Amino acid sequence: MAARVQEEDFDLAQEIADLRAGDPSIGAVVAFVGTVRDLNDAAPVVAMTLEHYPGMTDKALAQIETEARARWALAGVRIVHRVGELRPPDQIVLVAVASAHRGDAFAACEFIMDYLKTRAPFWKKEHTPTGARWVDARDCDDRAARRWDARAEPE
Amino acid sequence: MSSTPAVVVDVVYLARLREAFGRAGERLELPYGVRTVGELRTLLAARGPAWSAELAPGRAVRVAVNHSLAESSDPLAAGDEVAFFPPVTGG
Repeated sequence: MAARVQEEDFDLAQEIADLRAGDPSIGAVVAFVGTVRDLNDAAPVVAMTLEHYPGMTDKALAQIETEARARWALAGVRIVHRVGELRPPDQIVLVAVASAHRGDAFAACEFIMDYLKTRAPFWKKEHTPTGARWVDARDCDDRAARRWDARAEPE
Repeated sequence: MSSTPAVVVDVVYLARLREAFGRAGERLELPYGVRTVGELRTLLAARGPAWSAELAPGRAVRVAVNHSLAESSDPLAAGDEVAFFPPVTGG
């Protein structure tokens, strides 16, 4: 299982190097990095607090990785999610996927992000000049995740 | 000597719910008639204004039992960890 939750920043180049290490069958690596924006819902974001449910997070991320591996031929998966106090333009999350060919890596990376955003127990609290507020879940994230359910159903 | 053993669960509140309820969790002995996720939610919602506001039937609340997402009809057993939280917003 290659998922980590940590307060410290991550080094994209190092993570990809680790993901590829010792596996010359890999022909494609796709990486997504989510970062803290300075504007959300028309309000300036000064900082953000990321919290998670430690007991459940590992289990949820492992399950998402297992589902991705069941759908695509993947050589490696790496998920890093930061928690704690973050500020624009800090890195929040990394999903990196390695496979023999790019199609599997592109699809699996998007799938993992869509599922992470709707199933992994993380919450964002934004700090704006007028106070702090918990970020609301977005319907578009649910729709993005449900696309993959539809693909699994018979035609 | 045939009394039913008590069903005690650990309840966890996360993110906005933790702040609204003023606590991160509690150990709770389930009263008679409360043996599912949905019944526990109803019990908690009756505690007061903050509880009813956050746990009202229309509110989007997720529940995990022993770290797996659960449905309202899922049963509760002694020793379970039951977490209540808002829809997730990570990533």
